[in-house]
Amino acid sequence: MTALPIEPIPPATDTGADRDERWRAFRSVNSSDRWYRRVLTALALTLPALLLLVGLGLTVSAWPALERFGLHFVWSSVWDPVAEVYGAAPMIYGTLVSSALALVIAVPLALGVAIFLTEFAPRWIRQPVAFVIELLAAIPSVVYGLWGIFVLIPFLRTAVVPPLRAALGWTPFFSGVFYGASMLAGGVILAIMIVPYIAAVSREVLLAVPAHQREAALGLGATRWEAVWGAVMPYGRSGIIGAVILGLGRALGETMAVTMVIGNRHDIATSFLQPAYTMAAAVANEFTEATTAMYLSALFDVGLILFVITVIVNALARLLVWRVAGNAVVGSRAL
Amino acid sequence: MTGLVAALAGIAVLALLLILGNLVVKGASSIDWDFFVKTPVSPGQPGGGVANAIVGTIIMVGMACVIGLPVAIGAGLYLAEYGSGRLGWVVRFVADVMNGTPSIIIGIFAWTWLVRPMGHFSAIAGSVALAILMAPMIARTTEEMVRLVPHSLREAALALGYPRWRTSLRVVARTALPGIVTGALVGIARIAGETAPLLFTALGNLNLTTRLSQPMQSLSLQIYAYGESPFDEWHRLAWASALVLMTLVLVLSLVARWATRARHGGAR
Repeated sequence: MTALPIEPIPPATDTGADRDERWRAFRSVNSSDRWYRRVLTALALTLPALLLLVGLGLTVSAWPALERFGLHFVWSSVWDPVAEVYGAAPMIYGTLVSSALALVIAVPLALGVAIFLTEFAPRWIRQPVAFVIELLAAIPSVVYGLWGIFVLIPFLRTAVVPPLRAALGWTPFFSGVFYGASMLAGGVILAIMIVPYIAAVSREVLLAVPAHQREAALGLGATRWEAVWGAVMPYGRSGIIGAVILGLGRALGETMAVTMVIGNRHDIATSFLQPAYTMAAAVANEFTEATTAMYLSALFDVGLILFVITVIVNALARLLVWRVAGNAVVGSRAL
Repeated sequence: MTGLVAALAGIAVLALLLILGNLVVKGASSIDWDFFVKTPVSPGQPGGGVANAIVGTIIMVGMACVIGLPVAIGAGLYLAEYGSGRLGWVVRFVADVMNGTPSIIIGIFAWTWLVRPMGHFSAIAGSVALAILMAPMIARTTEEMVRLVPHSLREAALALGYPRWRTSLRVVARTALPGIVTGALVGIARIAGETAPLLFTALGNLNLTTRLSQPMQSLSLQIYAYGESPFDEWHRLAWASALVLMTLVLVLSLVARWATRARHGGAR
């Protein structure tokens, strides 16, 4: 018999504790096994290490601004590089409002797509439509921005804003002159960008709902829609909320498409037709133009606030999704 | 209600067709042989191309793969083979959170740790930023694919005398290889289109260069610069570059999809 590449197992003495110890010993009986595990563990640990380094690097670089402005940074609207006074309120406002606007538009669309794909679509249409939605997620942000500048904004200017202004111009949300680059344009393009993410994750959540839920509802006499709305969706509710929050996380951090259509103005305006600014757009635009150390530090401060917000939102989203769909890589193909 | 839901799905599909349609219509007319081999010329002059951007994208994405793929696949293998404990939970959670981190934050991170110490912008900093972006994504898809390998294969290899590491590499990873490659292709497709992390690492370059220590142009940076410019000629080039980039992303996604479909369709 040829020599086996493992060491011989010591003779059995039949207590349970012995057998446990033998199994634990067996796992590391080979030194190459131990090295393999060490190498893989080291590679895997680079990910948390990177996250820590990012947070650390941001905090250290933002420290001068944090020290000088403190919490006042979050609600001051003054952004004056000449006088070296900085305040991030317009950017934080712009980020939150554009993302909220995007969610309002995107959630019905994305949920509609997810429900359509899992419950109502005939079999032959599911794969193509799912592929199309995945493709929407694959379009680079800068291509969305280009399309936004040259197609979406003229479309908004000619076909969307006049009726909006006619119907809702009396409210403060749709007043003022529409130049093109605006919070509205930013919100709409963000909505188109996050629909695939919310749809993909919602679809996986809905697929994870056990079939007996739907069958029980149908058995009790519900219509197909009632079964979906009343039995399937409530079961997957936390997962779907997680999907929506995941989309929110994407919208909060989106940079290129937003900076190309939102107008980049350091100002808080109530009207959606006015230009606005977001944190990511500010960092993208002004980072290479920052002339002084304090300016750069203020931009790092903005980046730190954005980082903390997205980490919290993403962590919350993942926990919610894991509750329903398990630890699986949910929506990974679209992500 | 079915109609409403179908209509909503239809709107989403329509949006994609509109975007792609516009790309083709506006971009196709500007694509010729010059577009691929010449570098940009001054505004106002006709001609010129985006060769520097195409070469730059290929080089930076290639370097990002060299840096990022070993880490990502290693992390994915760890999660699948040994990741059932607390450390595995932490790594999985961190990977998911990093997947959602804005790419601009990764960009300023790479600026802080690479560009500032080095004193100049460089393509290698851009590649590292792209690698950091792709690692968590590919780690998770690798984990998913390796998890799909049936346990009977592992047990058979162990029973035949293979040590654990050899089982993991030669049997399990090799079986999951098509899936791992698919995940890698999807990750590559995503980082090929990234702009924000390259804004302050690779910066961009009007000339064609292959040296990693120099700033380098990429298709995405080119589209951004040209799209924001006031020149019509440059707008046309921006559309054409967007079409080329989108074609690249589409081809990678299609190949990835085809590979998985062939795997699940065939008997195994």
